[in-house]
Amino acid sequence: MAENFGILFQWLIFMGMAFVSIVASLLVITRKNPIHSALFMVLTLLCVAVLYILLYNPFIAIIQVIVYAGAIVMLIVFVIMLLDLETELRSKLKIVHSKVIGGFLAVLFLFGILYTVVAKPPTGQTGSYTTEKMGSNVQAVGEALFTDYVFPFEIAAILLTVAIIGAVILSKKRT
Amino acid sequence: MWVVPTIPPALYLMLSGILFTIGVIGVLTRRNAIIVFICIELMLNAVNLTFITFSRFLQSIDGVIFAFFVMAVAAAEAAVGLAIFVMLYRSRETINVDDVNLLKW
Repeated sequence: MAENFGILFQWLIFMGMAFVSIVASLLVITRKNPIHSALFMVLTLLCVAVLYILLYNPFIAIIQVIVYAGAIVMLIVFVIMLLDLETELRSKLKIVHSKVIGGFLAVLFLFGILYTVVAKPPTGQTGSYTTEKMGSNVQAVGEALFTDYVFPFEIAAILLTVAIIGAVILSKKRT
Repeated sequence: MWVVPTIPPALYLMLSGILFTIGVIGVLTRRNAIIVFICIELMLNAVNLTFITFSRFLQSIDGVIFAFFVMAVAAAEAAVGLAIFVMLYRSRETINVDDVNLLKW
């Protein structure tokens, strides 16, 4: 009986978070003011972080909150404040044929995904990362990252360094 | 006794697909470069949700590692992309992607 309540609570959280994240992401693409879009983006990211915890992955949930909601969206908000977007705010959303066709194709694509998911449940070879090990999620991720994936990890470090240098050089004033 | 079933992976995948499609529609319909950028982040986030779902239900750590790398690449992309927007605004006084069509064929 107690287990039933736990699973029921999981369903409740999942449904709530799914609903809020979909509504917030719809608001992201419909708000005129980019600041509002960025803030609804934070709400979407936080809802997805809760879903990561529901999937027994607290490490990715924490990284999501720190890196996505904390760093990237903060960067976007700073750039929005740097730019003067008054004229863009006053312009109306123009509906042209290409947008309607594009949106239609995107919805068709969504139906493709939904059909694929429903038609055949995802199966595959299960690995050794069982539910018991998920309690020490951070330890497991660290072990995998520094043994099997140490070379991609170094390349990611180089990529971030290149991105920082590129950003500094791009935003430097020409003399 | 009636037992509540656990949440199937298909629901997570459906949610991920819906979020991805919303991001695609945003990229296609909005003309403000920053909104387009936010929508790209939304799509990356939806893909991350798929990775984590499969990692959980196929009991493999690789999905978590891939989501980690996707986040690192998204952060690098954010730094360079926003620097490009600032440059664009400095030279063109606009970040409307329809007005920046120098490379358009």
